[in-house]
Amino acid sequence: MAAKTLTVDGRQISAENHTTILQAATDAGIKIPTLCHLDGVYDVGACRLCLVEVKGTTKLLSACTTRVYEGMEVTTNSERLQKYRRMTLELLFAERNHTCAVCVANGHCELQALACELGMDHVRYDYCSPKWGVDATHPFLGMDHNRCILCTRCVRTCWHIEGAGTKNVAGRGTKSYIINDLNEPWGESETCTSCAKCVLSCPTGALFHKGATVGEMERDRSKLAFIVNAREKKQWVV
Amino acid sequence: MTLLDLEQIKDKEIAGRKKIVLRCCLAAGCTSSDSKNVKARLDQAVVAAGLQDQVEVRGVGCMKLCCDGPLVQVDPANTLYIKVTADSTPSIIAALSGGKSDLPQGDPQAAFFTKQLSIVLANSGVIDPERIEDYIAADGYLALHHALTEMEPRGVVEAVVQSGLRGRGGAGFPTGLKWSTVAKSPGAKKYIICNADEGDPGAFMDRSVLESDPHAVLEGMAVAAYAVGADQGFIYVRAEYPLAISRLQIAIKQAKRIGLLGMGVFESPFNFNIDLRIGAGAFVCGEETALMASVEGKRGTPRPRPPFPAERGLWDCPTLINNVETFANIPAIMRRGAEWFASIGTEKSKGTKVFALAGKIKNTGLIEVPMGTPLRTIVEEMGGGAPGGGAIKAVQTGGPSGGCIPAQHLDTPVDYESLTKLGSIMGSGGMIVMDETTNMVDVARYFLEFCMDESCGKCVPCRTGTVQMHHFLEKILAKKATARDLTHLEELCDMVRNTSLCGLGQNAPNPVQSTLRFFRHEYDALLQPELHSGGNGVAQPQPLAGAK
Repeated sequence: MAAKTLTVDGRQISAENHTTILQAATDAGIKIPTLCHLDGVYDVGACRLCLVEVKGTTKLLSACTTRVYEGMEVTTNSERLQKYRRMTLELLFAERNHTCAVCVANGHCELQALACELGMDHVRYDYCSPKWGVDATHPFLGMDHNRCILCTRCVRTCWHIEGAGTKNVAGRGTKSYIINDLNEPWGESETCTSCAKCVLSCPTGALFHKGATVGEMERDRSKLAFIVNAREKKQWVV
Repeated sequence: MTLLDLEQIKDKEIAGRKKIVLRCCLAAGCTSSDSKNVKARLDQAVVAAGLQDQVEVRGVGCMKLCCDGPLVQVDPANTLYIKVTADSTPSIIAALSGGKSDLPQGDPQAAFFTKQLSIVLANSGVIDPERIEDYIAADGYLALHHALTEMEPRGVVEAVVQSGLRGRGGAGFPTGLKWSTVAKSPGAKKYIICNADEGDPGAFMDRSVLESDPHAVLEGMAVAAYAVGADQGFIYVRAEYPLAISRLQIAIKQAKRIGLLGMGVFESPFNFNIDLRIGAGAFVCGEETALMASVEGKRGTPRPRPPFPAERGLWDCPTLINNVETFANIPAIMRRGAEWFASIGTEKSKGTKVFALAGKIKNTGLIEVPMGTPLRTIVEEMGGGAPGGGAIKAVQTGGPSGGCIPAQHLDTPVDYESLTKLGSIMGSGGMIVMDETTNMVDVARYFLEFCMDESCGKCVPCRTGTVQMHHFLEKILAKKATARDLTHLEELCDMVRNTSLCGLGQNAPNPVQSTLRFFRHEYDALLQPELHSGGNGVAQPQPLAGAK
């Protein structure tokens, strides 16, 4: 397979043809923040945290969906990108009700971790404080829409790893929300296989195992990548 | 169907014409003020007067001066009756035989009409959109015949390149370049899509074209399909346009019946079918990648480009997407030549542009003017200025993604580059005029609210950034905001523009940024002095020392 050489943050790296900037940078040990990316499912470029600057274009490109090319020059961490990333996080925190102190994912939350990592120490926008409900109709899984950031990782996992096609997005704009089947209570879904892979995929405390209390919701996401790897490459490596 | 058949239809149609033609507008605007009934009563009155051998009452598409509808024009006398009611119809018929009529009349020699140059709207208000014979009599489908029998696909693409035509959907991408990219893209299956999901508030150009001359769009699509090697087309039209949908259905059926669509068009090996897809009311589906997702039956959300539709579009096949008006230009270009088309307009923007004039202006309606026409000509001469003679404050172009152009820039020629330079865009052709009573901050809030409601919710900046921008604007309008809020708002505009996934988010800050650029004093006048504690006496949290 033809290899491409590119420069990321001043470092020359090489990557296989058709890989994304995100993959190439990760392989070279350069970290680009992400939220909607999940190893094992296709990328949608929705969270805009992985935006990078590429020489030759004035547009910012999402690293997870942009393929590398020969001689590409990428900047992943400029002042401007850092500022935009902090603002993106601020917007997410203001959108729904992210109260870490009472969240099952406290300490194991990607949103929280990114806020710490990127220095987002306060929110300058009005909290929208919407009234979203909790779907606790499933026997052992639950969904708290108040903590959802609409990354659609659960939707993609449900369709493309489990193949059940239970989860989907309904509504529009900030009123979008995750639904089961044709907007039915989770517990009444006829297609859900209760595999709980969606819970594994969730970056925040929105999807959880019932019975988990504050800070208990830990997830082993490598399980998802393991399944995909085994299926696609026939490699049963733990 | 051969050329001979086509000419026979044309000759028969022209031979059958009557001495006097009463054209009655049956487009959506006039229909909403009872023009269907006017047409029926005119028919009755003609029969009652025993004139049916001499007079034809023809239901036609948009006659452009929408504010004065229903419109009835008499040929060849060139009399234009305005605001016609069902009761005034006998008087119109009486006037045909020399009687005097004191019905209100418009002036066909007014600047509103004489300054127009009709290419896209040449048949609009002239032919009956529900009869293919009428379109053929106006040289319809000759362009398709010419392309199929006398030109190579490459030659057709070359002609479009030479014409300098640019996309009329808003961005102004060179149409020829797009066609040649699709033509060159490898793949046995290719698609053509006509984007008729016109959703800008106050814009009705595409609707009028579809209602008035649907065959021109079908013919343009067929020429495009031949040029790029596609055999299937889709027209994505919004459900809010029932009349356009029904006329398209009629047009497609008629064209199929006589062999101008379907298998072996003009007895050549070229096959081309067109199907309709009806939009379900999402503005974002006018964005090409969201539109394609919707045609595929998925949720209508955009995806990052590249890959562009020209390489990987509908079901991953190379796909050509053009706007209604772009396709409607094609037959004229093929018939009259690329050079003729390129001779109209400015250096970089060729041809004409259709605008929907709306807002605080005397003559609202549809106009088609050569590119490079100054805004002042459009607004003051053709539009007749603000009703009541008030001063015009600004002109909003490009819909919710566009911007406001202040009165001092009215001499700007209307072309893609000049409008972009002023922080607005050509857009699809909505033109909303505002007079001195308009509050510009409120205008910005209105358009931003539209974008906020229409955001699909996929990417964070557009989904929630617009909500916060809207909060700030509400706060400013309620006189509760300070200079710091305005700074935050401007910062958000910059962020949403640069980080959003698709054009909807990237252009959503335009109305705010363009009003800030030219009408900043209106924002400043609403700001409150900075307080160190909130209005309720509670100290506001200050950022931590050292925080960025």
